[in-house]
Amino acid sequence: MTDVIKSSVTITVNGRAVEARPGELLIEAAERAGTYVPRFCYHPRMEPVGICRMCLVEVDGPRGATLQPACFLKVNDGMNVVTDSEKVKKAQDGVLEFLLANHPLDCPVCDKGGECPLQDQTLAHGSGETRFVEEKRHFVKPVEIGELVLLDRERCIQCARCTRFASDVAGDAQIAFAGRGDLIEVAPSPTQPFDSVFSGNTVQICPVGALTAKPYRFSARPWDLEQVESTCTTCAVGCRVAVQSSGNRLSRVLGVDSDPVNHGWLCDKGRFTLDSVDGNEASSDPLQASTRITEPMVRRDGVLTAVSWGEALAAAARLLRAAAATPNGVGAIGGAALTNEGAFAWERFLRGVLGTDHLDAQYGDGLDAALLQSLPAATIDEAAGAPVVLTLTGDLREELPILFLRLRESAVRYHRDIVELAYGASALRAVARVSLPVRPGETHLLVESLTRADGGVPHESVVHEGDLNAARRLIGETGEGLVVIVGRANLAEDASVIETAIRTIAERLPRAKFLPALRRSNVRGALDMGLSPQLRPGRGYDASSNGRDTLAQLEALRSGEQRALVLLGGGLLGNVLDVAGAREALEAAEVVVVTGHGGASLAYADVVLPAAVQHERTGTVTNIEGRVTAVAAKVVAPGSAWPDVAIAAELAEEFGQHLGLTSVEQAAKALEDATGYPALSALHDATSDGILVGREHDRVARRPLDPMAFPGIRSTETVGLGAHTGATSFVSASAAPAPARALLERVRAGRGANVPLADAYSLRVNLSRRLYDNGIAMQGSPALANLRAVAVLRLNHFDLDRLGVVTGDAVNVVGVRGATRLSVALDDAVPRGTTEVAFGALDAAGDDVLRPILDCRQVVSQVRLETK
Amino acid sequence: MSHFRVEFRQRAEELIALYPRPRSAMLPLLHLAQEQDGYLSGEAIAEVAELTGTTSADVRGTALFYDMFHLEPVGQYVVAVCTNIACLLAGGVEMLEHASATLGCSVGATSPDGLFTLEESECLADCDVAPCVQVNHRYVRTNTPAAFDALVEDLRAGRRDHDVPHHGTLIRVRRNGGLHAPRTVVAAERLEARAARDARATETK
Amino acid sequence: MATLSAPRIVTSRAEFADSYTMSRYLATGGYVALRKALTMFPEEVAAEVDEASLLGRGGAGFPAGRKWSMLRKAPVSYLVVNGDESEPATFKDHFLVERDPHQLIEGIVIAAYALQVTQAFLFMRGEFALGLERVQQAVNDAYDHGALGAKIFGSNFSLDIVVHPGAGAYICGEETSLIEALEGKRGFPRIKPPFFPAVTGLYGEPTVVNNVETMSNLPWIVENGGAAFAALGAGRSTGTRLFALAGRVRNPGVYEVEMVKNTFRDLIYDPAFGGGVIGDAAIKAIIPGGVSAPWFGPDLLDLPLGQDEVAEKGSMLGSGSIVVLDETTCVVRAAWRITKFFARESCGQCTPCREGSGWIERVMYRLEHGGGRLEDIDLLLDLCDNIAPGLTWPPQQTTICVLGPSIPSSVHSAIQMFRDDFVAHVEHGGCPHD
Ligand SMILES: Cc1cc2nc3c(=O)[nH]c(=O)nc-3n(C[C@H](O)[C@H](O)[C@H](O)COP(=O)(O)O)c2cc1C
Ligand code: SF4
Ligand code: FES
Repeated sequence: MTDVIKSSVTITVNGRAVEARPGELLIEAAERAGTYVPRFCYHPRMEPVGICRMCLVEVDGPRGATLQPACFLKVNDGMNVVTDSEKVKKAQDGVLEFLLANHPLDCPVCDKGGECPLQDQTLAHGSGETRFVEEKRHFVKPVEIGELVLLDRERCIQCARCTRFASDVAGDAQIAFAGRGDLIEVAPSPTQPFDSVFSGNTVQICPVGALTAKPYRFSARPWDLEQVESTCTTCAVGCRVAVQSSGNRLSRVLGVDSDPVNHGWLCDKGRFTLDSVDGNEASSDPLQASTRITEPMVRRDGVLTAVSWGEALAAAARLLRAAAATPNGVGAIGGAALTNEGAFAWERFLRGVLGTDHLDAQYGDGLDAALLQSLPAATIDEAAGAPVVLTLTGDLREELPILFLRLRESAVRYHRDIVELAYGASALRAVARVSLPVRPGETHLLVESLTRADGGVPHESVVHEGDLNAARRLIGETGEGLVVIVGRANLAEDASVIETAIRTIAERLPRAKFLPALRRSNVRGALDMGLSPQLRPGRGYDASSNGRDTLAQLEALRSGEQRALVLLGGGLLGNVLDVAGAREALEAAEVVVVTGHGGASLAYADVVLPAAVQHERTGTVTNIEGRVTAVAAKVVAPGSAWPDVAIAAELAEEFGQHLGLTSVEQAAKALEDATGYPALSALHDATSDGILVGREHDRVARRPLDPMAFPGIRSTETVGLGAHTGATSFVSASAAPAPARALLERVRAGRGANVPLADAYSLRVNLSRRLYDNGIAMQGSPALANLRAVAVLRLNHFDLDRLGVVTGDAVNVVGVRGATRLSVALDDAVPRGTTEVAFGALDAAGDDVLRPILDCRQVVSQVRLETK
Repeated sequence: MSHFRVEFRQRAEELIALYPRPRSAMLPLLHLAQEQDGYLSGEAIAEVAELTGTTSADVRGTALFYDMFHLEPVGQYVVAVCTNIACLLAGGVEMLEHASATLGCSVGATSPDGLFTLEESECLADCDVAPCVQVNHRYVRTNTPAAFDALVEDLRAGRRDHDVPHHGTLIRVRRNGGLHAPRTVVAAERLEARAARDARATETK
Repeated sequence: MATLSAPRIVTSRAEFADSYTMSRYLATGGYVALRKALTMFPEEVAAEVDEASLLGRGGAGFPAGRKWSMLRKAPVSYLVVNGDESEPATFKDHFLVERDPHQLIEGIVIAAYALQVTQAFLFMRGEFALGLERVQQAVNDAYDHGALGAKIFGSNFSLDIVVHPGAGAYICGEETSLIEALEGKRGFPRIKPPFFPAVTGLYGEPTVVNNVETMSNLPWIVENGGAAFAALGAGRSTGTRLFALAGRVRNPGVYEVEMVKNTFRDLIYDPAFGGGVIGDAAIKAIIPGGVSAPWFGPDLLDLPLGQDEVAEKGSMLGSGSIVVLDETTCVVRAAWRITKFFARESCGQCTPCREGSGWIERVMYRLEHGGGRLEDIDLLLDLCDNIAPGLTWPPQQTTICVLGPSIPSSVHSAIQMFRDDFVAHVEHGGCPHD
């Protein structure tokens, strides 16, 4: 997709002819031509408002040359612009002087001091002394407007960047201008704190120190910070970030403007959970996620005991060798947190050295990896630019927040259509053209009818015929222009329900493209590296494999068929639906855990091998759309933790085998040489937007960093706002034969999904993901600890009325395996006959509430509510 | 659960129905909330947010743009004394000082008995009876200290209830009437008229 | 001597105590013009208004007929009538909405018919509680009478008028800010271009915004013809116009005066109008068109009340308010109070307006109340220049709307005309008048 400049106009800037795109903003056209116009309110990722008046330039018009805001004015042919006249200079100096009049000038104690656009402008243009001798405007000094953000109104210059971000970009207008004149202030509602999951972006784009982030406040001075560009692996969107540290301590993560991915934005989880990398120093219990695992350990007399790497590797090898002696005796689960190189190394070890095909990077909470690989793929850009998007996912704001922002922008700013299959609460609902309510276990039925011209309304469905018809019209009959986003909306529903629906869409609408909404960090990369029974490194596929996926391995462990398990990461117990079954399986097995964080799984570990985690290792990762980007180490891993590649390679040595992967670089090279997967290329191009696997590379030229737009980021080549420069093929894809690829017809038919009808007194359960879940990052992050989801049952008002309860009432929740007590809340986004609960939400006692009482073998889980 | 009482909620819905978009009813709804409560409570703001499809922060911020909305309780009578240019020249500042003394409260504050809130206002567009005084946005035309004091007596005694209702009540006349024709019918009328006009235009050419 | 021969076009019912009622309106020829208009083609009605050369009465003085004709090429969606009247010392719309609401409504229906608009909004200043009630009552009565609503007077024309109360913000008189307020938002003016109401107005659709007085003239124009209106006044300034006379005059009030044929002096001194200055003091200055206008000295009292005549001398008739400052008036105090008004009413978007108004106000306060420095005078001029570069007339601006460049008008005028007074304030350490 090359965005060729089709037509252009010529304008004159300071007497020089400049080519510009018709309709382009003058400030942009001038900047590309090398004339930088000063600014404050303008931000390249938001609609201009032209209110600060800093960018005034002289433009010829019918009434002679007048001062016009360059940020708001669109160029047209023949426009004559002067940016350096005395008049312009006086106007701009005047604006700057006005801005400083009420500004407290408390730079020495301000977080922004040293990287402040206002400070920079003042140094560049301002006069040395102030003519303002009056009393300045006073406000109470910083007020906490949310869990993460503080507001100092005295420093505010009323540029409206934060309020516009909140209302226009994020759609959470939880802060807004209040008042008038020079008393105008940014303010939250007294009843609703600023708890948007995007709140940190307002801090990042604030051109002064009015908004500061609580976790970062006073922790560093800009000039002490060192920075690397990297990729966030908190979820699988793969936002580009600038990671900054002061010495060996992580200080801050800022969003880098990657044109194809995040546009400079980050979610608060990605931005603020860096404190989980440091670990909570007071925490030494290996069963806690807040503890960093820094030394190798083996279990001695029932207790995990720190040992040397040599001892630990020997113990692990001994254990695995013994188990591997029986056929199908070993397997591995996890790996989504690894880099591509780490995953590749482990795949080589597991398949090549241990000879097992039982490996799976998902925890039974994802989708059939081979099916996903077989689908025509869409990029994030393609989804955000598609005329119609169909979503079969949970709330994307909670699952993949920046993908949500991109889709929201597509709907709100570019008026494109979103058709949403609505399982429960969803932030996209407000902007979706059509929202079709679906109850657990019905997606495939609804899709069956949605993709047929004469589909009618499925039996027992809660969908309105008019909506269904509208959705059908939007989706079309071939899928042309349609991007389907697919994920696991409901963890208490068997994956086969959505998988069946995906197959139906792929078959009926052959031109549709798919974007998988798998959410766990580098899960896409791990699958691409073959950490799934039928997949092979470099997106290879082998239909003949009979390897076990996660659920099958747990079953085999329980039955004793499989004896040992390598856990790549400590997330199994936190994510698998059947916790009791998983515990039983771990109990029965010999377990080697490779992890950087503590966790409940370590209670079953026989050997623990400490690994470096994000921001401590280099390599590449692959996001949901298959974009390979580099991750960089900013700090040194604590204790004697090693990078994953090294651990796999050294363990192989214990078996007398050389993987030939003695460094990340070698692993990337081996991978690229063998399969063409662009790991080495991406690694060598560490400050770029990466490379899409399997696509002719379309490079976006980055342009010089504008510190006004991205204050705090301090490298010169890190902003990707430039034009597509066309297909610059720079991928050194080797001549390696492309690995076999999964094709839809070759991927085994999905399990049938015949859902029994619910009985009248039971509610089908929708276990949906929350951003602030109970995962390792959240548990390890003091900054976000208070924001973790609490357990409540959300119900439609019909169901509340039927039960005779109101929001806040507690009810008994009876499942197949037991009962618990929870409070209810009204939520009409939840379809009738369904109750929605956040996955992994904890009750007041800190225990996981719902998973223990559900039976995960059912296609749809149900509970009964009792009010007595 | 509605914070608006039944009658007010019904009026709120009528107001919203007057406009092509619900948010347009923002100012009328805030006036309505103020009529019910005398000021804008957090609950009222939340309800207006819900009715107009926005957030509490946005409604609060919008309300605070306008001088007539109070986010804290005020007296039953809000007394506004203009000191802008015409009134300044006619003793508006002195009138404001006098009002402050009579009511026993400073500008911006509420009298000890909780009955009066005193405000210094900008021009109230009644400059021929300067200095201009409004109580609850009613012109009381008391441009001498003695007249002002008499007015305060009358207000205290409830003798002005007929023309100075309690704070928050703005328009006591309820709208009745309206287009009462389906918009589609009206649109068809317009199309017809336009076609006729175009025909006339080509004729005259 | 004042010319008093002109007909009373918008104040004809001023004598009647019940002038605001339907019965009085009907008894005095009300809704006759509307019936007549409905027998004409819409473009004929518009042509009469065009011929009348009715200049907008809201401040900018743009001819209503021209505004409409620019629009009638594309369908107009909404008619918005501006009754926000908040320009200090302006109180003529207050008179019209309270005393003759039916005339206003009739005018609105006529305009809507000419524009073929079926939805009109009458935005009224929130502080006009009585006016709001009278207008709402009149609207109700007009619906009952068949002068409003579906198929007006049996014609094929329907119109709905919604009376929309403002809530206390001067800036909402500015037409794009008014539109924002009508959309339920803060009254932040929009940037023109591209947000000319005529193109992208209410809800982004073409919208005509006209002032209350502009509308109130329409029944007479339709009844008597545009030519009869144009025969009054001279040049572009035709018809009569309401002037709100205030300040140091014996008889402040709203007067309907034939344009151009009368001068500022006539209006201020004629016994039929202002009746002279209180205590027969000498005039020090007048503010000719609302506080946004630059001041005139007594030397310009004989200037005719005409739009172009006043513009030529570097000011404007603006909102039709004339404030008389006499020799007892402290000009520093007057200019300070006006700046305080702008500082309070700035919407707060544009840096120069938001910060400039507050800064200038504080310096003016110091000068008036003690603590002024000589260099403050030039500082004031330079700050003014940073809001309205060059301090020319009509002004240039560094802001979005013209509230910005209105701020300097008084301060600049006062310094230009009475610099000595400023110096005296500095030397005296405060106001010598106190
Ligand atoms: C700051 C400012 C305040 C204004 N206030 C008013 C007002 O109160 N009433 C009014 O009719 N026009 C006001 N205007 C003028 C309007 O923007 C607009 O020009 C006018 O309503 C058009 O109507 P007209 O053409 O009939 O005069 C104001 C303009 C500005 C810049
Ligand atoms: S000039 Fe003043 S009132 Fe006008 S838009 Fe700018 S800040 Fe608002
Ligand atoms: S007005 Fe253009 S950058 Fe603020």
